[in-house]
Amino acid sequence: MKLVQLIEFLRHRLKTVVRICFGLLALLILLDAVLVDKEHAHTHLERLPAFWSIFGFLGCVLIVIASKWFGHAGIMTREDYYDE
Amino acid sequence: MNSFWLHPSLILILGALLLPLVPARLKKAYLLLIPLLVFVRTLNLSAGVFGHVQFLDWGLIFGRVDKLSLVFGYIMSLMCILGTLYGLHVKENAQHIAAWIYVAGSIGAIYAGDYLTLFLFWEVMAFSSVFLVWFRRRPESLSAGLRYLLVHVAGGLALFAGMVIHCRTKGSWAFDAVDVHHPTAAIYLILIGFMLNAAVPPLHAWLPDAYGEATFNGSVFMCAFTTKTAVYALCRGFAGMEILVPLGVIMALYGVVYAVLENDCRRLLAYHIISQVGYMVAGVGLGTAMAINGACAHAFAHILYKGLLFMGCGTVLHMTGESKFTELGGLWKKMPWTFVFTLIGGLSISAFPLFSGFVSKSMIVAAGFEEHKYWVGFLLLLASAGTFLHTGLKVPYFIWFGKNQPKPEVWNRAAEPPVNMTVAMAIASALCIFIGCYTPYLYKMLPFPVDYQPYTAYHISETLQILLFTGVGFFLLLTKLKPEPKISLDLDWFYRMGGRAFLWLARKPIQATDTLVGELYRLAGLIPLMKTARLAALFDNNAIDGLVDGLAQSVRGFGRRLRLAQRGQMQENLAFAFAVAALVIVAVVIYSSR
Repeated sequence: MKLVQLIEFLRHRLKTVVRICFGLLALLILLDAVLVDKEHAHTHLERLPAFWSIFGFLGCVLIVIASKWFGHAGIMTREDYYDE
Repeated sequence: MNSFWLHPSLILILGALLLPLVPARLKKAYLLLIPLLVFVRTLNLSAGVFGHVQFLDWGLIFGRVDKLSLVFGYIMSLMCILGTLYGLHVKENAQHIAAWIYVAGSIGAIYAGDYLTLFLFWEVMAFSSVFLVWFRRRPESLSAGLRYLLVHVAGGLALFAGMVIHCRTKGSWAFDAVDVHHPTAAIYLILIGFMLNAAVPPLHAWLPDAYGEATFNGSVFMCAFTTKTAVYALCRGFAGMEILVPLGVIMALYGVVYAVLENDCRRLLAYHIISQVGYMVAGVGLGTAMAINGACAHAFAHILYKGLLFMGCGTVLHMTGESKFTELGGLWKKMPWTFVFTLIGGLSISAFPLFSGFVSKSMIVAAGFEEHKYWVGFLLLLASAGTFLHTGLKVPYFIWFGKNQPKPEVWNRAAEPPVNMTVAMAIASALCIFIGCYTPYLYKMLPFPVDYQPYTAYHISETLQILLFTGVGFFLLLTKLKPEPKISLDLDWFYRMGGRAFLWLARKPIQATDTLVGELYRLAGLIPLMKTARLAALFDNNAIDGLVDGLAQSVRGFGRRLRLAQRGQMQENLAFAFAVAALVIVAVVIYSSR
């Protein structure tokens, strides 16, 4: 039952958890810009600071918006569609 | 004829056939013992070609053991242990028998050295796994199973036609790499058979249809074996086939798009199988040593984490009776450990550092970049953002957290599962982390020597940035991602609605024509005919009847007895026919390898 208490503990301090997460994200970008050796990057584009962060974020937004548009264009339908 | 070679599948098939004779108190031990024996036997296989069987004109090879078949055989027999452990408390013998024969088919296909043996086990897989769908016993399961079977029979026919033509022109039944640079029509037919089992669009719709409808533990088996056996067959026969690269990339993204729309957690996972197998198919298409290694490594890791994810969602289904996001939510209080295990599966499939996907998926992406196919690398990385979005975030969030409050009866049923299910999930989780942390374990098993290091600062930074900022996107778009109680039409629409169109055609226009023709025939032909017939009847009555009556009566008597023996239940008939066929095959193999 300790696991439940841990999750409860974190849920009660959601704001702090979110702040720590944002801190970690900022740290990740900073480390990437300063420390990481980009000698072996495949393309020039990847040498831009925070390239992969932007790639991840925009990729996620693109996938969600494009898929939902596709779904609402007639692919999603009522659950009993195939029932006779 | 060489000395007897103990095929791992033979242990499973005999073990399955003997299961009904095992006393109830020994059953659980027996259920664990047989897969363990199979695993030990797989570990002890030495490289070489064994199990030659001469059957009529054909020399069958049951045991081609090399590095490629060893790595697949290893993970399949390991997954058989985990899957059986997960469903250990299931009382019905037939469910275990179906699952084991299915695994035996898969392992048999992997060690097969010629097309005929491959085809035999290929069909064993289709005809046994369909029972894992039927055993859920909902009205929908019956039709989903029949669709699954029909689609696989169609794929099997393409494979069969292709291999017959291919082998007749080549003069040998050996299953080796085909000439991928000059493919003939026969080679394309074989490829279609393999691609259907690998669920390559447009031949993929059977997968979410069947896996979403199978029993809670049936899906755990199904998600591991059919598609990965096909990946093995593609690795063996079609390494370097260019067309597989774009097809694999399309698969990887196709699964992601449908996963956004999906409301059923197991169907979502099924769409992510298509996505993940897409990486492997692209790897096979690239065909370099690193890409083939990547495809094998990813298949290995995938079997474990996808099995784990299906176990997690299967547990939710088993305990609550629900698998739809709109009916679930907030279960962290009731099933916290199931949440943790599912999350580990989600982190593994998303390729987080220290989890199994990280060391396998990246080999394929790196192979794409190395071949200077940048679009392959970037699009596969885009698909991995989508993977984390759904399997790492959407599945855990909307089942265990979220604002949705399930119905009281669902909430009351929710609880941690029986201990064997928890243990199976714990072992699978441990293996996912172990593979991610200790790379030599997996890398040493791969078919080619590995010169690849996943844990570089650049690769870790790249992966963490993509995944974590996908997470930011998820929480920002949470309202847009809210599941909707709808289904998404996929390409199975064509055969589901096509079947209906055919029935309508048969009922309305064809029947009307038939009636019309019948009426014309009666007026013009039948009435004059009757007059002649009356004359003939005189002769017939007096001379021939005596002879024929005796014969007819004996046939009718036999028919009546046969009719009583079966009740017109298609599943029963199939099971019966299948059991007889399995026995005959086993007998022939044992007899002729003496």
